[in-house]
Amino acid sequence: MTDQRMSLRGLGTDGMLIASFLGVGIIYWLFILARAGDPLITFHAYIFIMAFILGLFGLVIRATNPTPGDIGGYAMDVVKAGVIASVFWGIAGFLVGVIIAFQLAFPDIFYFENAPWTNFGRLRPLHTSAVIFAFGGNVLIATSFYVVQRTCRARLAGGLAPWFVFWGYNLFIVIAATGYLVGVTQSKEYAEPEWYADLWLTLVWVVYLLVFLGTIWKRKEPHIYVANWFYLSFIVTVAMLHIVNNLAMPISLASSKSYSLFAGVQDALTQWWYGHNAVGFFLTTGFLAIMYYFIPKRAERPVFSYRLSIVHFWSLIFIYIWAGPHHLHYTALPEWAQTLGMTFSIMLWMPSWGGMINGLMTLSGAWDKLRTDPVIRMMVVSVAFYGMSTFEGPVMSIRAVNALSHYTDWTIGHVHSGALGWVGYISFGALYCLVPWLWKRKSLYSNAMVEWHFWISTIGIVLYITSMWVSGIMQGLMWRAYNEFGFLQYSFVETVQAMHPYYVIRAFGGTLFLTGALIMAYNLWRTARGDIRAAEAPRLGATAPAE
Amino acid sequence: MLKRHEFFEKHGFFLTVGILIAVSIGGIVEIAPLFYLESTIEKVEGVRPYSPLELAGRNIYVREGCYTCHSQQVRPLRDEVERYGHYSLAAESMYDHPFQWGSKRSGPDLARLGGKYSDEWHRQHMADPRSLVPESIMPPYAFLSKRRLDYTSIQGALKANRAVGVPYTDEMIESAVSDLEAQVDPFSDNYDALLARYPKAQIREFDGDAERITEMDALIAYMQVIGTMVDFEEYQAEENYR
Repeated sequence: MTDQRMSLRGLGTDGMLIASFLGVGIIYWLFILARAGDPLITFHAYIFIMAFILGLFGLVIRATNPTPGDIGGYAMDVVKAGVIASVFWGIAGFLVGVIIAFQLAFPDIFYFENAPWTNFGRLRPLHTSAVIFAFGGNVLIATSFYVVQRTCRARLAGGLAPWFVFWGYNLFIVIAATGYLVGVTQSKEYAEPEWYADLWLTLVWVVYLLVFLGTIWKRKEPHIYVANWFYLSFIVTVAMLHIVNNLAMPISLASSKSYSLFAGVQDALTQWWYGHNAVGFFLTTGFLAIMYYFIPKRAERPVFSYRLSIVHFWSLIFIYIWAGPHHLHYTALPEWAQTLGMTFSIMLWMPSWGGMINGLMTLSGAWDKLRTDPVIRMMVVSVAFYGMSTFEGPVMSIRAVNALSHYTDWTIGHVHSGALGWVGYISFGALYCLVPWLWKRKSLYSNAMVEWHFWISTIGIVLYITSMWVSGIMQGLMWRAYNEFGFLQYSFVETVQAMHPYYVIRAFGGTLFLTGALIMAYNLWRTARGDIRAAEAPRLGATAPAE
Repeated sequence: MLKRHEFFEKHGFFLTVGILIAVSIGGIVEIAPLFYLESTIEKVEGVRPYSPLELAGRNIYVREGCYTCHSQQVRPLRDEVERYGHYSLAAESMYDHPFQWGSKRSGPDLARLGGKYSDEWHRQHMADPRSLVPESIMPPYAFLSKRRLDYTSIQGALKANRAVGVPYTDEMIESAVSDLEAQVDPFSDNYDALLARYPKAQIREFDGDAERITEMDALIAYMQVIGTMVDFEEYQAEENYR
């Protein structure tokens, strides 16, 4: 008895709060389980209950042998967990992407007549959510927890709360991913998870915001570092977008199905206000924060311009939010809204390039590192991709261009130059930095493998985006082609047939990108183990190379 | 400016508030007016809430992620109007929770799908798309014919839709189950009542199997109603320019 009370005390207030919350959660889901309106919510109820029980076990283990795992007073265990989760989800997400790319190229691959979960329609949300939210989200949580501690010189606030954020967020990912496979979706792109998963994420996100702000409030530095402004805008804005876009009416508390609060044209604009700013605040400001910490750190140079940071931060977040309507050009959305969206999308080019210039010019005086350090090269190429896709975006938002590009693969290519090039590479760069720092290794297992990763995946990205440019523009032109008699020249399916070679090239490019990520995973795993690749180890007794 | 900005850099709370204000304005200016400007949704005749079977079919359309490859939005461009039909109106999706306009056409637009093909064509095409269109890259949906439609919560579905603004009447909600069953049975006693509640609803054995109501029944019923509610012979386009 005494032992038990001791152990409960070992849990602390934060642990007790989480434990009682998990207890309430178990009771709630048992209640839902008893009255489940459909088999899908039963399935998810079981997952929730299992996860909460595992959470309680974790707390008990934690209470009996508290292992803070701090490095120099900083909570770094949760960052390590985030790094591992990022690599895992990254590979899972890229793999699903490769599978669906092959499905489009060879439609009989991985299709099973009686297994609906193998269909493109269910796997595509799995791919997008896995790469954006599972991979990207874990990278953002891990790096933000790292950066906010280092730049504030304060331990993460909230005791065990950061762990709640990490596991809670990953539980959301599991609920979302399994949901897509069995057919739980509200069909709003990048916001597919149903109402109860959304509520769960909202709760986790609020705790995330509190942990982040709490750490800022504890800071020993007088100023809040620029990377943290970007992280903060990412957390705050994603909360706003998520809540508004997911407002919905479930059939009942025990049903997995809900109906969006908005309909038709209002629902469309709300969705694309959300959708475009998932790009803007999840995939841009969050990763700009990574740029603002990891590039200066790795290059050992200060950020190029403090003034530019301020100007481009506020203009970027103010302008981005207006850009959504460019996803709805020539639709039933009133034209004034389309024009407004287009105007702000073009204006957005400037703050975007402000960020690019600030990132690239940070290399001033350290350009030689591009040759010697493949990690910094990866991050610099990432910023270059950011510049390219934030130029392409405004071009595509012009109504006349959009009339051609919309609904085609050009959009897919555009997204991937940003996603693979910018988000992917800046994340890989951060992971290559973080693993040796967190596991206290002198260097990576192998720099040569980083080179291989870089070149293989760069070729993959180039194949991906060029094939999508060609297939997208070609299809757009074929749709509007007329013959000499004034009839449409091509049937729809002829345009599908014409895209086949480009779909093959795209799938191959994606495979290369996945291969690169697998090389990275191996390299990081060996680094964490403390290995140095034999061929690259500094040899004993080796002298300076001969002239 | 740098001096003034120091205020934000030293106060996490005000930085948060500043961010929240900066990111709120765009959405308020662009989205909020859509809810009160009367010109947002055109004045048309004929758009009605989905019948219970059509709604169940729409749920399947959503569940299978059809929107990932098919748009439901014909743009007012010459080639699109010639290829698909009249350009889409906002009014046509005013009861769509959520909208299904889509963003990608790996397959053709479906906004004017209703009535374009026979039920039999759809059955065969869904079961094995390449048996009808050899170049198609669409996955097969044969399982839809084998699965009984689960409509135990159809009444709840109508209620939830009413809660978010679809004008389902008490009568419609009460008779949801019988209406659903009646729509696949041309000899049903509820035939006239169903038509009175849902004008121009198509009533027949959509999947060709009179034994049971399958998911294929519901999906085809939905596909056959898409884009058919507005009578464009009577639609006054000029009056709705905005």
